[in-house]
Amino acid sequence: MISQLSWKIGGQQGEGVESTDRIFSTALNRLGYYLYGYRHFSSRIKGGHTNNKIRISTHPIRAISDDLDILVAFDQESIDLNAHELRPGGVVVADAKFNPVLPETVNAQLFAVPITKIAEELGTSLMKNMVASGASWALLGLPLEVFNKAVEEEFGRKGPAIVEKNVEAVKRGAEFVLEQAGGPLDAFKLDEADGKQKLFMIGNEAIGLGSVAAGCRLMSAYPITPASEIMEYLIKKLPKFGGTVVQTEDEIAAVTMAIGANYAGVRTMTASAGPGLALMMEAIGLAGMTETPLVIVNTQRGGPSTGLPTKQEQSDLNAMVYGTHGEIPKIVIAPASIEDCFYDMIEAFNLSEQYQVPVIVMTDLQLSLGKQSCEELSLDKIVINRGKLVRESELSELEQHQLFKRYELTADGVSPRVIPGDKHGLHHVTGVEHDETGRPSENAGNRQRMMDKRLTKLDGLVIRDAVRADSPNAQADLLIIGMGSTGGTIDEARSRLVGEGITSNHITIRQIHPFPTDIVKAELNKAKKVVVLENNATAQLAAQVKLHAGGADKIESVLKYDGNPFLPSEVYKACKELN
Amino acid sequence: MATFKEFRNNVKPNWCPGCGDFSVQAAIQRAAANVGLEPEQLAVISGIGCSGRISGYINAYGLHGIHGRALPIAQGVKLANRELTVIASGGDGDGFAIGMGHTVHAIRRNLDITYIVMDNQIYGLTKGQTSPRSAEGFKTKSTPEGSIETTLSPLEIAMSAGATFVAQSFSSDLKQLTALIEAGLNHKGFSLINVFSPCVTFNKVNTYDWFKENIVNLDQFPDYDPTNRMAAMNKIMETNGMLTGLIYQNKERQSYENLVAGFQEQGLANQDIQLSQDQFEKLLAEFK
Ligand SMILES: Cc1ncc(C[n+]2csc(CCOP(=O)(O)OP(=O)(O)O)c2C)c(N)n1
Ligand code: SF4
Ligand SMILES: [Mg+2]
Repeated sequence: MISQLSWKIGGQQGEGVESTDRIFSTALNRLGYYLYGYRHFSSRIKGGHTNNKIRISTHPIRAISDDLDILVAFDQESIDLNAHELRPGGVVVADAKFNPVLPETVNAQLFAVPITKIAEELGTSLMKNMVASGASWALLGLPLEVFNKAVEEEFGRKGPAIVEKNVEAVKRGAEFVLEQAGGPLDAFKLDEADGKQKLFMIGNEAIGLGSVAAGCRLMSAYPITPASEIMEYLIKKLPKFGGTVVQTEDEIAAVTMAIGANYAGVRTMTASAGPGLALMMEAIGLAGMTETPLVIVNTQRGGPSTGLPTKQEQSDLNAMVYGTHGEIPKIVIAPASIEDCFYDMIEAFNLSEQYQVPVIVMTDLQLSLGKQSCEELSLDKIVINRGKLVRESELSELEQHQLFKRYELTADGVSPRVIPGDKHGLHHVTGVEHDETGRPSENAGNRQRMMDKRLTKLDGLVIRDAVRADSPNAQADLLIIGMGSTGGTIDEARSRLVGEGITSNHITIRQIHPFPTDIVKAELNKAKKVVVLENNATAQLAAQVKLHAGGADKIESVLKYDGNPFLPSEVYKACKELN
Repeated sequence: MATFKEFRNNVKPNWCPGCGDFSVQAAIQRAAANVGLEPEQLAVISGIGCSGRISGYINAYGLHGIHGRALPIAQGVKLANRELTVIASGGDGDGFAIGMGHTVHAIRRNLDITYIVMDNQIYGLTKGQTSPRSAEGFKTKSTPEGSIETTLSPLEIAMSAGATFVAQSFSSDLKQLTALIEAGLNHKGFSLINVFSPCVTFNKVNTYDWFKENIVNLDQFPDYDPTNRMAAMNKIMETNGMLTGLIYQNKERQSYENLVAGFQEQGLANQDIQLSQDQFEKLLAEFK
């Protein structure tokens, strides 16, 4: 019996790879397994090799695996490109249609199943996904009723005849492979899972869900990979809560519309990736200057320019931290788990209103699109905090021609805020430097006071879990620092380092800006050597660490910018070498 | 009920004496009072330019944003609180150069917003460069040999983008301008009102006198039917865009707010945002 295994399906884009993965993992989720998915796809819709990998486990997992146990291949290319990942004794289930061959170097068992043929016999080659997932399921020796239940759910609304056909496809795939293999494979017998169905979603869905829970009721956005699923989720949900999504003409319209809506009192977000973030820069300054709350999600992908639009990268950090001209207060937070994606949206909307600043939530492609099991999410943990938003009933009457002091100088730099419509809150808002009532002013003293007011608002800000630390060693050989989706991979590497006698601490920086200097400094002091791990070429996170917390003499960078996420083995090797 | 004086604040505009924008300001104040608004019910969202300053000169809610983006900001305000009356305004560079993309799409979207452009055929704030509205051959600081690009026709563009309200006026004609802004505010959808608003400092060609000589006023044609799209297009072409009055209005088309699924009459900003446990569990159930 084993406690975890890795399964991958490969084929041409548009050929059913996605749906095979979906149905297979949905069924596994019903049994209570923890799942962690990774999508490899290219920037086209039809054609081009694509593969989805899922790691299946009886305990929580947060990283893709180095190797592979089962590869399902719809074409020879999928074998050629992926078979090297198979561990010795692994299995390939391939469509007999293309006369599959294994490379000589690969020590694996091949089952050629007439996937296309069975599907076509049942009416349509579209059912290839059912045959393939049925065969996989059978090899693992898992109960077929559970799989059929998942099929029923997927196709139920299309009527019993369709359900029946698909169930039959699953059965035929299962029967064929079992006959070849002589029954389920003992080596792949998974320990039983806890039977509790888990939440199972991609980061973008958790972000969408978190936004609804946070009270976000409008989104304005322009489609882009890997952000679009946020918009697609919200357009289905927001109308149920009175809101909507506007697909704008570009990201400048998206962000400025969001600014207008936030100004008018509705929690509104936009989401994009690098190219869109670049277009939003001027408007981010407007939000900073006018102290208008704003939430932007930036799902990072390979840059620069169009770069690697469907690949993993963490290279927009500088743009997010330093972006917009002039100087404004701004918060950048980086969720590091699927649960963070949810809770950080509530945090982001709260922070944006409490401090009246733009908040950027940064993810990376793997976190945004990787489908994974998620711990229970709880509404009780959520508090909506609208900061110094004052409503009409609390306002005292203004004198004739008097304006509400929207930019009143206060001890904490945050001024009371009213929204249009309130009788006694009339004021003007401008991106031009202004006085306490919002009127343009070039007075030098006023300028300085207003700059100081805005720029000190975030002094001492430490958000929930600003730095997530797993640092049990008072003096560790190694401190590994990461952000975003890399945490699980780092932890797997660390458990292997233990075997080498190397002690390590691990921190995930979640509050990227303003930088949580004191916390990071304290962690640096607890390690002989520091490794900062990030998916970019210029060590942007390491630069922030050195700039704010010091430690340049002991910090080394481990960088990966080939478009793929780190593997545990890579992190392990790099850390071992650097130690 | 508020009078137009209540839409005045005591901020002194920094426009040059004689600038056309003063009359636009006055017309907005009058129209707002005439349609029965209170200052707090109005939000004026403006762009950047001499004209963009206008939001600061009206006693109402106002946001003076960034160059070319008045319209998306204004649409955000309207979506957030449809109970508000929203005016967007700015210059010809703001709306027809840097912001042209937004103008076309705001027209298509047809939210209930009144967009007032102060069209002086030049960039005033940056001290006299060519605008998309400048005539061919027009000499400016950036076109010393005269402009060699075709003059943009915002009216034709608006018509072809499916505008439901297209009007043009002249800042000297306060009566017509006020009436048109009132009509725009009363129109249930997006209204474009392009206003010839002379720049007395940098445009020595398109002067008050020049406009007076060249304008055709539709008010003088009692038979003109502004609901006829074809006739409107013809009239614009016939006059080379030098016409004033209500050019086109389509009262049939629903405004965006009325077409959005799930949108209620009450402004979103005034609705409760707390989810119930029951609602939350329903959302979670989809991920199991
Ligand atoms: C992104 C950006 N580019 C350039 C400018 C400089 N700028 C300010 S106003 C303006 C043009 C003004 O012309 P118009 O919109 O016609 O307004 P007017 O001053 O004529 O009323 C320009 C180019 C700016 N503020 N922002
Ligand atoms: S420069 Fe021209 S547009 Fe600007 S205020 Fe003066 S007259 Fe008006
Ligand atoms: Mg102009």
